[in-house]
Amino acid sequence: MATGTDIQAAFALRADQHFLQRIPRSIWRFVRHYPLGALGAAFIILLLAMTVLPDLFTNQDPSFQVIRDRHNPPSGAHWFGTDRLGRDMYTRIVFGARTSIVVGFGVVVVSSVLSTILGVVSGYTGGWFDTIFQRLIDIGISLPGLIFIILFITAFQGMPGGVLYPIIISVAILISIRLSRVIRAGVIAVKEEQYVDAAYALGAGNIRIMAQHIFPNVFALVLVSASIEVGGAILIESALSFLGYGIPPPTASWGRMLNEAREELTRSPHIAIFPGLAIFMTVYSFNMLGDAVRDKLDPRLRGSK
Amino acid sequence: MQTYVARRLLLMIPTLMGLSMIVFVMLRIVPGDVVALIAGDYGAVSPEIKEAMLADFGLDKNIPIQYVHWLGKIASADLGTSLISGRSVTSELSNRLPVTLELGILAMIVSASLAIPIGIISAVRQNTAADYVGRSIAIGFLAAPNFWLAILLITLASRYFTWGVPPTTYVGFLDDPIANLKLMTVPALLLGTGLAGSVMRYTRSTILEVMRQDYVRTAYAKGLENRVVIVRHVLRNALMPVVTVIGLQLPVVIGGTIIIESVYSIPGMGRYYISSINSLDFPVIQAINVVVALFTVFSILLVDLLYSVLNPRIRYS
Repeated sequence: MATGTDIQAAFALRADQHFLQRIPRSIWRFVRHYPLGALGAAFIILLLAMTVLPDLFTNQDPSFQVIRDRHNPPSGAHWFGTDRLGRDMYTRIVFGARTSIVVGFGVVVVSSVLSTILGVVSGYTGGWFDTIFQRLIDIGISLPGLIFIILFITAFQGMPGGVLYPIIISVAILISIRLSRVIRAGVIAVKEEQYVDAAYALGAGNIRIMAQHIFPNVFALVLVSASIEVGGAILIESALSFLGYGIPPPTASWGRMLNEAREELTRSPHIAIFPGLAIFMTVYSFNMLGDAVRDKLDPRLRGSK
Repeated sequence: MQTYVARRLLLMIPTLMGLSMIVFVMLRIVPGDVVALIAGDYGAVSPEIKEAMLADFGLDKNIPIQYVHWLGKIASADLGTSLISGRSVTSELSNRLPVTLELGILAMIVSASLAIPIGIISAVRQNTAADYVGRSIAIGFLAAPNFWLAILLITLASRYFTWGVPPTTYVGFLDDPIANLKLMTVPALLLGTGLAGSVMRYTRSTILEVMRQDYVRTAYAKGLENRVVIVRHVLRNALMPVVTVIGLQLPVVIGGTIIIESVYSIPGMGRYYISSINSLDFPVIQAINVVVALFTVFSILLVDLLYSVLNPRIRYS
């Protein structure tokens, strides 16, 4: 008679293999299956390193001005050249990563939490509460995107902590309103499963059912949507900075660097090239990684490849 | 069908009221003082004059009364008067809204005519070189900020070519259609390519989904040619949701025009919105938010109706 040990031995499975030891193999499998996603992930890790330890990448100060070296084209001393105040562009781009990453991840964290709560509560509760709640969501869906975000930032610019929180909150609100519908649909499907009935029969309360039985089953949906939104949030931040509603100087921001470049275009086009390239590569990487994560996790696409 | 449309139209009223209330309250939170801003242009002004100005603008009463007053005006299709120019908001917008709509529609045409073919090719030839190239292009469109491309293009254009340089004066479409289209083409292209990315992705995934349906397998099984199956069976079913996504892009486009209009100095609603925000022109800000929301709810309704026309399986009652 085959025992558990026999079966494990037959399939060369090792019960003692710690999950930490499996990580390198899982990473290798991800790289092999999703090369572009892995490339995106590598670039994102680089950006995260810049966010946490910018001094690792440059030994200069992003605000240090050398008036003699204004508008210098790229050279050995200044890899990406210098701007109109003689600041090193490479250093400013390294420090600008922090702004984009903080906004991008901030938006995703806030919108994941918010949309999960909205979607799970509305979908699970159902009835009149759901009906009224969905009418409120209708109002939210008619909020006019960038137009609303600019108004929100202008209204709450006096908040402690500056304009960073209004940016994150307004973008997150807009995203989570749309996302909550997707999650609600997922919740309504999961709600009918037998294990939910079983939990109810065993005497589990509503909150316990939502947290332990519904949420884990829509989590993949949340993660997939979130990973695709990071790039969008970073693009919105750079557009806001470009229009002059972003995080004010002296904090370096790629969008505002592009705004400053507008004045200097004919004299030194390199000022416009590098910050734009930084935004482009960042958003591209997040999209590539998001696509790979979606292919891997989305229950609707699972097995389709 | 008629009762369905009537009910949807009625539901729009509470939605738009809720939205206008949010915008209204938010405008009152905005730090800064319109009166001080306007009065500042005329030198020092005594408190009495400031109070008279406040009363004149209707800003002296509390917020609920102001809101009810505003609603009363809206009921008679009056969007109020601009605090800065003194002209009615309706007449201010009637010059600028058509410009923005023209730009938006051109951009949506660009987006659809780029995205749908690329989406079809990359779905039909899934996991081939054509698919990878198509998807990379689409994500590239999505990732490149259009204001960056715009300023690069303006630089290059002014250095090396004679086209693409934004003209200093704007020409209306009705005055000179060719000159107008000439100056709108580049902004519309930039705006449209940005939108194309998400439409293309969506086209690809819906086609892939349809191609896995049983009726497609049946069509192949009875020996139909590949081209016939794709055109008659797959595209017919797959392109309907794509129409939805394109229709729902209108509000996104209008938001996008803010940036492109300010880079290319196009006198549309987007650029007007920025200047109104900077000068705290409450009635204009309020009106633009409501107008764009109105476009949003109407495009959602229109898409739903179009859906039922295109797809006989859906019947609204």
